[in-house]
Amino acid sequence: MTATRAIVEDGSLPRLPRHVKLRFDPARDRWIVLAPERVLMPDEIALEILKRCDGKTSVSAITQGLAEAYEASAEEIGEDVAEMLQDLADKGFVQL
Amino acid sequence: MTAQTMTAPEPPLAMLVELTHRCPLRCPYCSNPLELERRGQELDTAAWRDVLDQAAALGVLQVHFSGGEPTARPDLEDLVEHAAGLGLYTNLITAGVLLDEARVGRLSAAGLDHVQLSIQDSDPAESDRIAGYQGGYRRKIAVAGWIRAAGLPLTLNAPVHRHNIERLEAIIALAVELGAERIEVAHVQYYGWGLKNRAALIPTRAQLERATEVVEAAIERLKGVLVFDYVVPDYYAHRPKACMGGWGRQFLNVTPSGKVLPCHAAETIPGLAFERVTERGLAEIWAHSPAFERFRGTDWMPEPCASCERREIDWGGCRCQALAILGDAALTDPACGLSPHHDALVALAEAESDREPPAFQYRRMTRPEPVEA
Repeated sequence: MTATRAIVEDGSLPRLPRHVKLRFDPARDRWIVLAPERVLMPDEIALEILKRCDGKTSVSAITQGLAEAYEASAEEIGEDVAEMLQDLADKGFVQL
Repeated sequence: MTAQTMTAPEPPLAMLVELTHRCPLRCPYCSNPLELERRGQELDTAAWRDVLDQAAALGVLQVHFSGGEPTARPDLEDLVEHAAGLGLYTNLITAGVLLDEARVGRLSAAGLDHVQLSIQDSDPAESDRIAGYQGGYRRKIAVAGWIRAAGLPLTLNAPVHRHNIERLEAIIALAVELGAERIEVAHVQYYGWGLKNRAALIPTRAQLERATEVVEAAIERLKGVLVFDYVVPDYYAHRPKACMGGWGRQFLNVTPSGKVLPCHAAETIPGLAFERVTERGLAEIWAHSPAFERFRGTDWMPEPCASCERREIDWGGCRCQALAILGDAALTDPACGLSPHHDALVALAEAESDREPPAFQYRRMTRPEPVEA
């Protein structure tokens, strides 16, 4: 753990920490995020972002990937992606 | 039978596994029942493995290995490994004092996902006094270091009450110092041993308000550093907690002897019969056990719950609390401001917290007697 808050930048390489698991749940037929005392049911966009948090893909590459998948411009969605990742990082679901 | 109870309920999200009720600590707010189950009643390893198999098949996602003190069971690593192999998220809720560095390493290697380590206070002598266990604080600090060194994520569990509430700032600082990712600041809940010791534990309203300010400021200051879970005490609340996310909706609890409960305090409710995993399948118990059906959903609700727009948010609050305070588990939780008994509950909290606290009645296996605090 770092003693200061990590801030999302274009070059950040977000990844899921050891205690956060993204997996498909056959009982509920959907993707879920498992974390301490928490079960999240991510919506489609959050899921697309989380799947790309592999520690190798930069925030700008994640944005680019989403822009292609949803036929939007990277400029348009960049801010939303960064905001969502910052929120996930502040809540401990993503490491930067 | 109503349409509602004929439909199969959603599968539970989480299962609390009370591997044992044995614990070297004697905390006066222990969530275990006053009637503790004994070693000879505990399920064996094979039976627990079977419970885990059934839970995964039922759709349980998270398993909390708890107690008592779960590390008192030598088969804990085995069960963690088994659960992890089933794809279950494994969490260990421990007092830590029985752990050594090698065992922390074995638990990590077994696939443990997360550890919740309890701390009784930031002051070593007070911590040991509250836990009724000498040397516990020092051991816990060492254990926290081993947990971090093994790469395991750490939540510090800090139960808060009138004996440590003034040091909440220091407790939060300790969590940061120990490298915890999360802290649970949990005002003690008044069930079981906590209810028995309520007069010794309950903070004043002013203390609670100050504690809430401390936590809110710390949440802002430590954003991105430490994640907070804040559990407020019901007695001063305006709305009740959605206990267990609703009775029989998300959560089940298995006692050391294999009894399946909707919550850890449910056995206090008279007239409910709890079935055992050794006698009936977990999925059957979850879906059809009368004890689970009794307060599931909204059909059981009295007024003011039945017509309340928050009935599927609060789920009537807590059944065990309605029982403990009003003597009837089927009434609205008096923690709710809409309960006709709410003012009496607040008056009780204010009167009790205003008096000198009596001595702790420490948790013990035999018939409890007052012990000098």
